[in-house]
Amino acid sequence: MHEQLEARYEEALQALAAVRDSEALQAWESAWLGRRGAITAMLRQTGQLPQGERAAYGRRANEMRQLLTAAQEERAELVRAAELAQDLEEGEIDITLPGRRRRSGGLHPSTRTLREFAGIWGEMGFQVYRSRDVETDEFNFQYLNLPPHHPARDMQDTFHTTTPGVILRTHTSPGQIHAMRELGANGTRPIRVILPGMCYRYEQITARSEIQFHQVEGLAVGRDIRMTDLKGTIAAFARRMFGEDARVRYRASYFPFTEPSMEIDVECFLCGGAGCRICKYSGWLEIAGSGMVHPDVLRNGGYDPAVWSGFAFGMGPERSAMLRHDIHDIRYFWGNDLRFLEQF
Amino acid sequence: MLVPLSWLRELVDVDVPVELLAERLTLAGLEVAAINYLGLPQGAVEGVRWPVSDHLIWDRERVLLGAIREVRAHPNADRLVLAMVDYGGADLEQCVTGATNLFGYKDVGPLDPPLWAPFAMEGAELLDGHSAEPKRMRLRERALRGIPNRSMVCSEKELGLSDEHEGILLLDHEDSHIPGTPLQDVLGDVVLDIELTPNLARCFSILGVAREIAALLDKPLRKPSAALPADGPPIHGQAAIVIEDPELNSRFTLALLRDTQVGPSPQWLQQRLRLVGQRPINNIVDVTNYITFELGQPLHAFDYDKLLARAAGATPTITTRAARPGEILTTLEGAERQLEAHDIILLDAAGILSLGGVIGGAETEIDDDTRNVLLEAANWNPVNIRRTMQSQKVITDAGARFSRGVHPAQASYGVTRGIELMRQGGGGAVAAGIIDEYPLPPGPVQVILTLAEIRRIMGVSFSAAEAAAILRRLEFEVAVEDERLQVTVPDHRLDVSREPVTGQADLIEELARIHGYDRIPDSMIADEMPSLHANLALEHEEFLRDLLVTLGLRETITHRFTAPEREALLTPGGGPGYHSLPYVELLNPIAPDRRVLRHTLLTRLLDTAVENARWRATQQVFEIGQVYLPARGEELPQEPRRLAILMTGRRDLPDWQGADSDDLLDFFDLKGLLEKTLASLNVADVSWRRGTHASFHPGRSAALCSGDETLGHAGELHPLVAGAFGLRDVPVYVAELDLELLLARSKWRGFPVQALPLTPPVYQDMALVLRDSVPAAEVEAVLRRAGGDLLRELRLFDVYTGDPVPPGHKSLAFNLVYQTDDRTLTDREVARLHRKIARAAESQLGATLRA
Repeated sequence: MHEQLEARYEEALQALAAVRDSEALQAWESAWLGRRGAITAMLRQTGQLPQGERAAYGRRANEMRQLLTAAQEERAELVRAAELAQDLEEGEIDITLPGRRRRSGGLHPSTRTLREFAGIWGEMGFQVYRSRDVETDEFNFQYLNLPPHHPARDMQDTFHTTTPGVILRTHTSPGQIHAMRELGANGTRPIRVILPGMCYRYEQITARSEIQFHQVEGLAVGRDIRMTDLKGTIAAFARRMFGEDARVRYRASYFPFTEPSMEIDVECFLCGGAGCRICKYSGWLEIAGSGMVHPDVLRNGGYDPAVWSGFAFGMGPERSAMLRHDIHDIRYFWGNDLRFLEQF
Repeated sequence: MLVPLSWLRELVDVDVPVELLAERLTLAGLEVAAINYLGLPQGAVEGVRWPVSDHLIWDRERVLLGAIREVRAHPNADRLVLAMVDYGGADLEQCVTGATNLFGYKDVGPLDPPLWAPFAMEGAELLDGHSAEPKRMRLRERALRGIPNRSMVCSEKELGLSDEHEGILLLDHEDSHIPGTPLQDVLGDVVLDIELTPNLARCFSILGVAREIAALLDKPLRKPSAALPADGPPIHGQAAIVIEDPELNSRFTLALLRDTQVGPSPQWLQQRLRLVGQRPINNIVDVTNYITFELGQPLHAFDYDKLLARAAGATPTITTRAARPGEILTTLEGAERQLEAHDIILLDAAGILSLGGVIGGAETEIDDDTRNVLLEAANWNPVNIRRTMQSQKVITDAGARFSRGVHPAQASYGVTRGIELMRQGGGGAVAAGIIDEYPLPPGPVQVILTLAEIRRIMGVSFSAAEAAAILRRLEFEVAVEDERLQVTVPDHRLDVSREPVTGQADLIEELARIHGYDRIPDSMIADEMPSLHANLALEHEEFLRDLLVTLGLRETITHRFTAPEREALLTPGGGPGYHSLPYVELLNPIAPDRRVLRHTLLTRLLDTAVENARWRATQQVFEIGQVYLPARGEELPQEPRRLAILMTGRRDLPDWQGADSDDLLDFFDLKGLLEKTLASLNVADVSWRRGTHASFHPGRSAALCSGDETLGHAGELHPLVAGAFGLRDVPVYVAELDLELLLARSKWRGFPVQALPLTPPVYQDMALVLRDSVPAAEVEAVLRRAGGDLLRELRLFDVYTGDPVPPGHKSLAFNLVYQTDDRTLTDREVARLHRKIARAAESQLGATLRA
């Protein structure tokens, strides 16, 4: 039996030397060292030997088992290395085949821009305040210094409802009055809000004009708010929105609810100010209308304009998105063509 | 408004390039929309950008001022003549031309003074006078009916001045004209196209713009003269004015010119009118237009003899008053107008003369035989003028100015300057004095402006002297008293308020504008930070948007306008539905299908789906937005927010690896999405109840409830509704939820989180055979109740019918997870619990355990 044992051992080593992959290695292990393996079987036969030979036989068999286990480990190392080498060499796929398609959702570009605006203004302490779409003539016009038949009403073609004096808001400015009255505590507390919302104008729907569009208006009211603050705050917004180098220009303008009023231009980020089709060769893009809140508007909001002052501004997220994404047709926004939306 | 530089220069020195001037005006609020060059090259100013203009430039060597010394007949043609042109060269140039306005001079011998005309030599670039479109051409030598020719006398059209091509442009003789002068130096001009905001009524004239330029460039302003020549008998007693309502007509002035001769206006005046877009008519009417444009004070000229005739021997008396309903006026252009109470009319003994401030009447207008002219300069209520222009649908240069507001002080200036120009043009004698009814002078406006207020609003420290200097440049009278400026507003502007705070704001705007907005420094707000307020509805909405996007939906935003009949399509069979509620209805819709505000987001979402179905096999979209619900007794509607979801088409994206199933999205895709949404929002006590909403398939829709509240409806769109919208190919799944209710029922933040268990879970399966009629939700409820706390998870993983499940039955297979918080469950405990659950299913649901 000793000879048989030695022979088996040699046989096992030879078989191991022939093993080339992990599958064969596993087969080898169960053939020799497993529960029904040959060496295990030999060990079990110890009891059949005469008493005196058992110890030596058992020792030798156990020793062999350990040697074979060590040899297997060694072999396994070689096999793994060989297999890895083979995989690295041969396991190439056509990486130019398209990836598995994933479906994803996405926000509407107007929402994205609104959030960007809200984010930047939020950093400067302006909180969102929302108000209604269907408004009274008082809030949309009269409290904003636009009495009936004021020539500036021509600047905003209005949708009237069949209820006299009720209209669709033409701008988010009525929210200024609502915010002042609701948050100003009878003209005793400062306010810093932005007023995003849908506005409506009686227009032809064309590539350049829509009957509904978003506006984001901003309002700051305090005991010490000056034109320099308006300029600095808007310039900070422009840098955040359009880049550190964004140059801003201020033009005198007219809005009935602010005085002094100004239009704010940012140097065209498409042509760097050299003049292009988008900026109509002026080098500037109009980004906001603004001004110091008119004393009458402060009064209508419950503030004493001799003590309180403020600034307001308004900007258009769709226009902003159109400029940044080179969109030439405003009708894309409410058309909701998935081929458009999926680009965002 | 068109503003020729040549006209401006008469009133103010402009010593900067026109491009820079345009930039300065734009920054000061007079937006220059375009610069139109006439013959002159475009200038380049460092740092100032204007679109490149490709207008015709008159060659300084080849386009010259010519003097036509003689006009001879063409030997071979009746419709051509030979103009002998002195262009500064040694010899006269023989120029063959068909200019009809030279035919009268044919063979009359040498002309002295000569006829002055633009003259172009061979090689010059001009516009083709015979082309309908602007077309460039270069002048070449060629024979015309046998006579060689290499030059041209030019029409306005050929020079790019206007479309006028009836004859050549003939200039008035002036002793200073030198033949051969480059035409650029004679007629070259630049016209600014300025867009005026409504507050700039005072700038609605050449004088108004010149005044702004004088202030911006700090130059003196040369106002046009207005000295009444007064060489005739006095006007008093020749006419009378009766103003019935000074609120409508605060001032009315008249001047009288006798024995004048109606004819064409002088060339320079015609040229200026053309440059501002006016067609010259005759020397009387042209002056009324000229003054309107020059001073901003509209004038109206009556034929005095016609007024006399109408007065039948009495003194012509003009009354102004509001029109009465039913009154009719035939205006200058021949229109018969039904008047309304807001129209202001002028009338005399014989009837209505004109529509005050807007348009004259036909019966007393100037004609070629007019000898005596009564000239009106008046002032009218802007609101009435606006309403008249709107209701009569007539926009005139006079109305445009009066509707924005003209200071009544300007009337006497306008009428005296006007009558002076008329006499210059047509001769005659001006009656001494003017008739001036001025019942409602506005009185001077004075404002006390303090340096402290300037600092408070502008944030800039001006000295009193600096502030006063700027205001004086705009003709404000300023008296300085330490830190206070006593400012008197000049009598050409109405935009400065008497109210102290507003008046100061008005003046501060002027200071800022002229000082330059760009020179005001920037600062960040130093004022007290307001307290913050909670914004739950917005945050909830934004959380929901992100959630739905995460779940693979695209956000849409649709038009909020619709029509009741469109919303009625959502109710098949004509029952009550969305369209039965009252609407916010528009008085002036842009189209009949956009005449109301929506009650539901679904209509537009379905319209969108129809469009997108052309391009996309799968659509999964949502919209969040208001609907508009008029409330009884309330002026304004409620504007509750809704969430709408639409899913339709293929579930999987086609893929080269074969994940290419043609399965369509179904009810359970929508349900799964909503379940995930509600779970993420932590909506309490959600249940799905059999749907009853008419827009949905009755068997494949549900009312989505939280507790007793119905949040909304979800499911397959009723096939008849889908068909009505044109969505017939594949089923469409939609949901619409009430966002306010959803918010009220959500604990979307601040919800408790489960501690991670330290004990191992035990996984078991259970398959039950049940009658088909038993709803899955009921099975789940029974299993959960029986499992109690130890049944941590229960998930249906298979629904099976068919052999060996008996007919009328189904097999539901569940994964169950058992776990405790504090110890490891023993096999026996698990087995006992599992049996307990199975027995509950057997006894309460009639289920049998499937092997």
